[in-house]
This record gives sequence, C-alpha cells and structure tokens, in this order.
Amino acid sequence: MSQTSHGIGGLSYDAKKRPWPAEFNVFLALVILVGAFELIGRVFLGDSFLFNTRENVSGLFNEQRLQIIILQVSIVGIIAIGVTQVIICGGIDLSSGSIVGATAMIAMSFAQVATVNGNPNPKAMFIAFGWTDLPVIVPLLVAIGCGLIAGLINGFLIAYTRIPPFIATLGMMVTARGIAKWWSKGQPISFPTESFAAIGKGLMPVVIFISLAILFQLILTYTKYGKHCYAIGSNEDAARMSGIKIANHKVLVYAIAGILAAIAAVVLSSKNLTAQAGMGVMYELDAIAMAVIGGVSLSGGRGSIIGTVIGSLIFGVIISGFTFLRLDAYYQEMVKGVIIVGAVVLDQWRQRRRAIGA
Amino acid sequence: MSDIVLKTENLTKHYGGVHALQEANFELRKGEHVAIMGDNGAGKSTFVRQITGVEQRTDGKIWFDGKEVNFAGPIEAREAGIETVFQNLALADDLDVPSNLFLGREKVLFNLGPFSILDRKAMRKATEAALVRTAVKIPNLSSTIRHMSGGQRQCVAIARTATFASKLIIMDEPTAALGVQETAQVENIIRTLKENGEPLILVSHNMRQVFDLVDRIVVFRRGRIVANLRKQDTDGNDIVAYITGAKTGQAELQAA
Ligand SMILES: Nc1ncnc2c1ncn2[C@@H]1O[C@H](COP(=O)(O)OP(=O)(O)O)[C@@H](O)[C@H]1O
Ligand SMILES: [Mg+2]
Repeated sequence: MSQTSHGIGGLSYDAKKRPWPAEFNVFLALVILVGAFELIGRVFLGDSFLFNTRENVSGLFNEQRLQIIILQVSIVGIIAIGVTQVIICGGIDLSSGSIVGATAMIAMSFAQVATVNGNPNPKAMFIAFGWTDLPVIVPLLVAIGCGLIAGLINGFLIAYTRIPPFIATLGMMVTARGIAKWWSKGQPISFPTESFAAIGKGLMPVVIFISLAILFQLILTYTKYGKHCYAIGSNEDAARMSGIKIANHKVLVYAIAGILAAIAAVVLSSKNLTAQAGMGVMYELDAIAMAVIGGVSLSGGRGSIIGTVIGSLIFGVIISGFTFLRLDAYYQEMVKGVIIVGAVVLDQWRQRRRAIGA
Repeated sequence: MSDIVLKTENLTKHYGGVHALQEANFELRKGEHVAIMGDNGAGKSTFVRQITGVEQRTDGKIWFDGKEVNFAGPIEAREAGIETVFQNLALADDLDVPSNLFLGREKVLFNLGPFSILDRKAMRKATEAALVRTAVKIPNLSSTIRHMSGGQRQCVAIARTATFASKLIIMDEPTAALGVQETAQVENIIRTLKENGEPLILVSHNMRQVFDLVDRIVVFRRGRIVANLRKQDTDGNDIVAYITGAKTGQAELQAA
C-alpha cells in the first residue's frame, strides 16, 4: 500500500494558528507600561521617566533609574526563578520569604568579623567559639544547607504525604520565620567579613540574578528535568503513566527553590551588611506575582524563566514609576495587590478561552 | 506454544467488594489483532490495567513473550515491550509532539542524571519516522498538543506506541471520542500495524470497526470473558447477544 492511502482522514491543522510566544505579550505589556509612565511624566511633571534630562549627566537614558529598577527586583527575582519552576510543575511555594529570613540569620552568624574598630564585635553570635572571620565559603555552604533542608522538607511533605503544596509551604513559612526570630532572640546580626559583603555589593545582585535566570532558562528548556517540570504541571497522571518518578522530581523542584531562596538571602544580607529576623517578609508573594505577571500559569505546565524576568521588570517599573510620580508608598502596595489579582484573572481568562477552543 | 505473545490465566481484580475482573483466560498469538468488546463497566479497562502493570492484580498469572511476568508498574510493562494507548489519553497538553512521544524516555545527548541534556534533534527525527510509519499526518510538530483536535491527539498517542520497538500494542477505545474522518484515520493506522505484523488488542464498542479490523473477538460481561470467537464464526447479532447477556455460557473458539 502506498503512503498516500493513509493519513487522508481530512484532519485539518492550520499551522498559522500557532500562538506566538506568551513572552511577547508580557514584553509588550512592559513597553506599554514604560510608555505610560513616560507620558504621564512628560504631561504632568515635565520630566522623563526613561530618558536622561539632567544637563550635568551624559547619556541617553536615565541610567540611575534603570539601575534602581533592576537592582530592586533582582533579589526577589532570584527567588522568583525557583518559584517559577515550582509553579510550572503544578505547585506553589509560600515559604521562600521566610526561608530568606531564617537563612540570612543563620548564614550571617557564620560570616561575622571578630573586631569592629578595634573593639570586639558586639553582635558576633559565635565569638565564644572563635567562629569569626571564617572564609566566605563557610557561610555560603551554611546558607545553601539551610535552603536545601527547608526545600527538602517542603518536597518530602508534598511528594510523600500528599499534603497540598499550599499547606505544606505555609507551614514552612510560619516555622522558618519562627526560626529566624528565635535564632538571635530578635537581635539583628551584623558586621560581616569583607569577602561576604562583596557578594551583594554594587550591581552584583543583578549579575547573580541574570546568571541564574540564564542557567535556569537553559535547564527548563534543554534538560530532562525541565521537560518533566512541564509534563507534571501539565498532566500529572500522564507523566506518571509515562514513567516519570513524580515524587523524586517534586522533592528536587522544592529543594532547588529552597536553595535559590537561600542564595537570595546571602545576596540580601550581604548587600545590607546585616541580617534581621523580618527579612524577606512578603517576598514569596512578590516572587509569585513576578512569575504570574510574566505569564507563568498558576495551574501549571506553562511559563518560562524569560517570562518571569520580564515580569520582574514590570514589577520594578511599577514601583519606581510610583516613586517617579511621587506617589505614596501605600499606593504601591495597594496597586501591587491589584496587579497580582489582575494577572491571575488574566491567566484564568486565557485558560477558559483555550478550553472553549477560541 | 511459542507463537503465543500474551496469555493470562484466571486473571482477577477486585476493588474492595467490586469484582471488576474475574478469572479471565486470554491468549494472543503473533501478528494477531483481537478485539475486546463489552458493555460499560464490563471490566475491559480493568483487564488492560492488569496486563500493563498500571494496577496490581488480585489473582491470576500473566505470561508475556514466553515468560511469566509480574510488572510492578507501567514502565516495566513498556520496557518488556507492551505499548498502550490508555482510554484517558496519557498526554501532556503543554508539550509538543516529540516531547509527548518521548515522555519519560527522552533521548539524551549528555547524561547528567536528572539534568541530562536532551537530544531534541534525534527525538524530532524519530518522531517524524514514527509518523511516517503510522501514516499520521501532523503538519506542525513543534506546536503543543493543546491546540490539536481530538483525532490528532489520538494519533499522537498512537504514534507514540509506534515510536518504540514493541511486541504488543494495546488500545483502549481509541476512537470513542472521535468523528467519522478521525476514526478513519485511526483505523488506517491499525491496518498499517496489521500489515507490519504487529499484534494488537483493541478495546472498542464499534461493531463495524471490529469486524473490519480484527481477527478475533473476545466479549466481556460483568468482569468475565463470556465469548471468544473468530470473526468468520460469528456476526454482529451474535456478539450483541453475548454483550447484553441474551446468550450466555463460555463460547469457546473452535479448533482451527
Ligand atoms: N479504581 C477503581 N475502584 C473501584 N472500582 C473500579 C475502579 N476501576 C474500575 N472500577 C469498577 O470496575 C468495573 C469495571 O470497570 P472498567 O474496567 O473501567 O469497565 P470498562 O472499561 O469495561 O467500561 C466497573 O464497575 C467500575 O466501576
Ligand atoms: Mg473502559
């Protein structure tokens, strides 16, 4: 029988109907948003949002503002990378902000100097043991260990006890915050070594964020791990039937999210030269918001790190746009809430439209 | 004996008090296409799930490819050479065709454990080959399954069985949700498998389809096999009588 005798069942498939990458839409939203701030600024303030208007500074763009935008989103952005792969895999992680707090406290206590201005460091946790001026690798490994343990606990709870991710990570959120407060009885931990302080200096947070974003974009696109994230989030039963070890995969996904939160904790406490028990409060929601704004679907299976990076930029543009318009910080929070809900509504609307085949 | 691909003896599955499958004795020979028919809830899918290791049987024995087998899971069954198109399509909507075909057994460029780098080119090539082999036409491989029609999705699920060297293909109601033309497409694929001498178990409600495609018909009723008939020894009315219970008793295949 010839080949053409088969496959003429009249199946129609319009190749042009292929949707363009969701990231384009997100990027478009970013451009529109910047344009809106630019317009409002020109009309009402007589100032430019994006471009350099000061005579004594050279350059086309307002580089200072651009740096602030990306700098202020890069630490939460590191968390958002971990959260993105969790959500793609069909889960959620509410614990990352608290993991930042606990990890910052614990790691910083291994990064302290013995003497400040010739006097013994008043904040040193382990000065009695002589654990001061340790090489930077020690607090780094401690931090990664903390994130790993927290992430593993999340992962094991979700994968093996079948506790919904929302509940398991909520438990971790409360517990880790408790650990952060208990660690030094509420006292801030300060005076890190120079090498520890170098990690979050200047634009280092941006460099770390972008490097990790590129790494995880590649991992999600080109490795088995990434493919399985999308498969599990898309159809967990199908993934199981296909032989993917769902439980193992989920443990790994949450462990990686924990490690990324720990890296964010190191960068943040290094940048601030101190660790406090309240560090990272609400970061989990900001990170989830960045992902959702960036087109990561809360029902799993869809989204990308590139999308989340653009989502984080939208986030940063909104916050610095509000500062630019000299609006109160309270408005920022209110609008942040509206944006999060709006992004979720948009996602669900998209899904409904897909479901009816439009 | 050596040409028997699959044999079950007293295969039984109880879900608590539900006796979904009772002492099923079944045989499939090389190159043979057998249909399983029966009312909804007769135990057809249950039978498939026991053979493919998706569930663990309550009792009975299974021989496959000359050996007694006890599959711990669907992966073991697949590794042994049983490819299955399950009734609830095991496809991931957000993945493209090659990713779905190779889900759980991806081709790998560098082995780095879970972070192994995928060989996307090789998977794409193998996908094209499988689509040619099964004569499935899908113009755009890199589009996600979500944007495909029911027939195309079914074809992808079927093409998956043809991607890997298998010794037995099982399809559980592959055309139940399809239109006329899409059904024709799937039936063409099944004919291609027959030409290639690949043995097949086809669960179906479609009498015309069954008489068109298979060599032998096995009827399930209330968890039991109530008939096992060669196509030329029976007809539609006869089969319906067994399905509904109008005709009872074990109808045995006459010696050839
Ligand atoms: N997981 C299960 N738990 C309890 N009962 C089940 C389960 N799966 C199937 N059954 C029951 O077993 C019987 C056979 O089901 P099934 O094999 O799906 O039928 P068929 O595929 O022939 O329509 C039905 O009565 C069904 O309700
Ligand atoms: Mg069934």
